[in-house]
Amino acid sequence: MPWAAMARMAGRRLLVAVPVLLAVTFGVFAIAAASPFDPVKAYAGTGGLTASEQTLDQLRANLGVDQPLVARWWDWLTAALHGDFGTSLVMRQPVGQVIGERLGWSVLLAATAFLLAIVLGTTLGVLAARRPGGWLDRGVTSLAYGLEAAPPFWLGLLAVWFFALKLDVLPAGGLTDTGSTVVSAGQVATHLVLPACVLAVSQLPWFVLYVRQGVGDALEEDPVRGARARGIAERTVLLGHALRSGLLPVLTLIGSRVPELITGALLVETVFSWPGIAAATVEAATSVDFALLAALTALATAAVLLGNLVADLLYGLADPRVGFDG
Amino acid sequence: MAEVAEKAVKAEMSEQPAVAWRVRGVRRRSTRTWRLRTSAAITLAVVVAVLLVPPLVQLDEQAVDLASKLQPPSLAHPFGTDDVGRDLLLRCVYGLRVSLLVGVVAAVVATVIGTAVGAAAAAAGGRVDRFVMRLVDLFSSVPHLLLGIFIVAMFRPGVWPVVVSVALTHWLSTARIVRAEVLSLRSRPYVDAAISGGASRWRVTVRHLLPGVLPQAGLAAVLMVPHAIWHESALSFLGLGLPTHQASLGTLVQSARGSLLAGDWWPTLFPGLFIIVPTLAIAGLAGAWRERLNPRRRSELML
Repeated sequence: MPWAAMARMAGRRLLVAVPVLLAVTFGVFAIAAASPFDPVKAYAGTGGLTASEQTLDQLRANLGVDQPLVARWWDWLTAALHGDFGTSLVMRQPVGQVIGERLGWSVLLAATAFLLAIVLGTTLGVLAARRPGGWLDRGVTSLAYGLEAAPPFWLGLLAVWFFALKLDVLPAGGLTDTGSTVVSAGQVATHLVLPACVLAVSQLPWFVLYVRQGVGDALEEDPVRGARARGIAERTVLLGHALRSGLLPVLTLIGSRVPELITGALLVETVFSWPGIAAATVEAATSVDFALLAALTALATAAVLLGNLVADLLYGLADPRVGFDG
Repeated sequence: MAEVAEKAVKAEMSEQPAVAWRVRGVRRRSTRTWRLRTSAAITLAVVVAVLLVPPLVQLDEQAVDLASKLQPPSLAHPFGTDDVGRDLLLRCVYGLRVSLLVGVVAAVVATVIGTAVGAAAAAAGGRVDRFVMRLVDLFSSVPHLLLGIFIVAMFRPGVWPVVVSVALTHWLSTARIVRAEVLSLRSRPYVDAAISGGASRWRVTVRHLLPGVLPQAGLAAVLMVPHAIWHESALSFLGLGLPTHQASLGTLVQSARGSLLAGDWWPTLFPGLFIIVPTLAIAGLAGAWRERLNPRRRSELML
């Protein structure tokens, strides 16, 4: 393993990530400054309607809203570097605590779904590529196109209706049963099945189509013809030769799907009341909780950059010709 | 001569399992025409329905008919009725109208921004180009729905914030495509001829480069419409989109959640189908268009 080259690449990406995160957080503050949103009124709530001008001004000074945009951004940034992201208005607790409590559940859901999508997508893609134009290929590709167009929240709602209401085999949402107070592994597992499957199915089409294309192209190439000419079993040709070179484009797809995965998780967590970060984002947005939204946007950006890095590292490992120069 | 050619063809055919190959080729072409015709027919039907049904059949969004609430699909109500007795087919058509309108406007705005930025970057070149492309990378590292949620949350839900948020998050791909196209056009002889003829940078860009990328930009705009509809319906579903008196398809799915949990599936199923079917039809049309633009590349439906 070329650890040194990989570490150098990770280091370079980290250097790029710093200005990107700075720019994104500044952009978030700039949008907030341009919007009609008033943090003082949001903070005071209904009390703000009856409060005197003096109290509001005092509040304004306390919250630091009277300062210019750049100063506010800089204050937030320096506080954030010390681990203080402000206080969430909706959750009534520090933003860091909100994120810390929920991050694990979101990662669990997204990782399970992503793995499921990759495994399922690779299997279906290889099966479809084996006989291009066959009934399996046509069935799988049309299904993939249909799923590509289907909104994940709609899939989630229909899954709830079918599996939770009609068949009554899986819970409809949440992390544990309504009566229980402890979070046990078995409960979480049964509650994870449906959201993870829906998220995986909504990400599936891209993997299926990429693998199908990659393996299909690889099957036409000379190494595969050579392998067949040597009389190697079809199974080995397909899995050992065609799949190995056909999986390369899928590795880049892994990186570029991370933003879509976060987008999908936003919707799926909302449908299934999953206590993750994405559901908190929606709550924060509907009640205009700026502190939480800003931290979550920065976090999502960091996740996307991390996803890109992982994909490029994997690609460099899988194809030594590419190397770790990016 | 003809015989020799025929023999050569036959010899080739006997070497390869040519019969199966040929049959598959013919079938592929016929599926292609079939796909194009179906897509065109569906798109036409959608446009006609969206334009003609609302003036002909009035839907009162405020009307309540509790006697006929939540009826399953029947002949009188092909899609059933919703929780206050409104006909779902009619509501879906109205919702599609709102979704399509927002989608088309947002896609046009996004394409105009993308084309302008991409063409400007490629035509200016050098430092400007590098800076603009870093900016595009920056935008693309924020998940687009999250950015959309943020914008809408800050500017209060409504039609224009939704359009702006969709446009601001979707111009990136167009900018990349247009930039690549302009860069490839810039080295063509006719551009050199225009420059040596004394045309200014602005004139070269507007008169010689932009018309060359318009077909690609148009294709990007058409492919953008389903994305914009998707984005808008997701925002509406989260309660951050259009208000209920301008119900879009996402709003319909959102408001049907209550009746879904009571076991009534139709108010959820049909609005979703109204998103999927036009999306596939538009993608099919765009695929045919791309084949025209670039016949050598194999056409795949792409969203």
